[in-house]
Amino acid sequence: MPGSEAAVSRPEIGRQEEFRLLVEQHSRALFGLAWRMTGNQQDAEEVVQETFLRAYRSFDRFDGRAQPGTWLHRIAVNCALDLLRARRHDAGRVELQAAGSDAGDAVPARDTAPGPERLLLSAEVQRRLTAALGRLSPTERAAFVLRHYQGCPIEEISRELRMSENAAKNCVFRAVQKLREALQPLL
Amino acid sequence: MHLSEEQLVWYRYGEAKGAAAIGEHLAACATCRAAYQSLERVLAAVDQMPAPDPGENYAAAVWQRLEPRLQQCRPAQRDEGAVRSLTLTALFATWRRLALAAAMAVLIVAAFLLGRFWPRPQTVARQPIPEQVRERILLVAVGEHLERSQMILIELANANPGPQLDVSSERQWAADLVGDNRLYRQAAARAGDPAITAVLDDLERVLLEIAHSPSTLSGGELERIQRQIESGDILFKLRVVESKVRRQEEKPNGL
Repeated sequence: MPGSEAAVSRPEIGRQEEFRLLVEQHSRALFGLAWRMTGNQQDAEEVVQETFLRAYRSFDRFDGRAQPGTWLHRIAVNCALDLLRARRHDAGRVELQAAGSDAGDAVPARDTAPGPERLLLSAEVQRRLTAALGRLSPTERAAFVLRHYQGCPIEEISRELRMSENAAKNCVFRAVQKLREALQPLL
Repeated sequence: MHLSEEQLVWYRYGEAKGAAAIGEHLAACATCRAAYQSLERVLAAVDQMPAPDPGENYAAAVWQRLEPRLQQCRPAQRDEGAVRSLTLTALFATWRRLALAAAMAVLIVAAFLLGRFWPRPQTVARQPIPEQVRERILLVAVGEHLERSQMILIELANANPGPQLDVSSERQWAADLVGDNRLYRQAAARAGDPAITAVLDDLERVLLEIAHSPSTLSGGELERIQRQIESGDILFKLRVVESKVRRQEEKPNGL
């Protein structure tokens, strides 16, 4: 960290170095989680930054009581929820990038070279899925992402989202119902 | 008798009660099997949603943006009295938090009474609590209170309206929070903060509604409470005020 030694003490430098390793190890995984939760690259990057800032503020209190990944994951879920709620309030619903432009921008979808009909259908599925995910409430989306993509059991989701297990189950179930309503006619 | 949609979803996620029986039923019942396969297709499509790759150098880019900001954001020290755990496992019933909130409430009242009734000393025998400290105490206490209140409201806002819902524990929590809320609202009004006062006022009405509701809610009663929570946008306001309070808390000199 050239140039920063003068401004910070030696223990501070050590702490930052330790923290840099965490950033190196967990940035990509956190980005994946944040993208699933926000559906938007810019928001996902914002969530990752905010997650590390919040984590750094409480780094001294972390003390290795949990796995760093688990600890950061929890902070990221909280940050993403905050952002989703703020966006929802601002715009009525989460603004998601259209699947096509999103993929063209920074999310290169894996090309499996299907035929034109299948491509059209797949694009429509993606469009509907993106829209349906955008219509979920922040808590429904968070609960669904944690259950479906992260494989968290309901008990853990209820802890992370600070709600009863029943409420967490309802959130996941409602999310699946909404996705099903949106996609079933095409599948 | 066919399987419910909920049973199919939890079976798919490996968290269904009576999974073995559900599996047997699926093997024997073509209708349920078709419904399950349809669910599988939907969730498989969800799996195929393209996951972005932020690139090999993403971590380096994150660090590059982060490092200058860390200089202004030193970690909270243990001995600074920081009371907020950032992990989401800090659950509602944490006694430490309750004890802290109670202690803060006592301090606020004590600070108020000291300022109001303590005779003006000719020879100073005791220092009153400085205004800045008093405000800081209020901020910490209000932050904790807002966080706990949000948990109840989130719980109820996300509950599924069914024939009957047992809300006895939420009712009790709300009743406990009403008293604190009144105290904080009055203190915020005295401190001249209309934004926090207004949000606490809105919150108090919702908490009273919950505290005075029957311990078992019908679907209609729950929906009425959910509408009240949604119509005032109370959860969002609480989160905004809480984050404002937390930011002020983190400033070295409080407000």
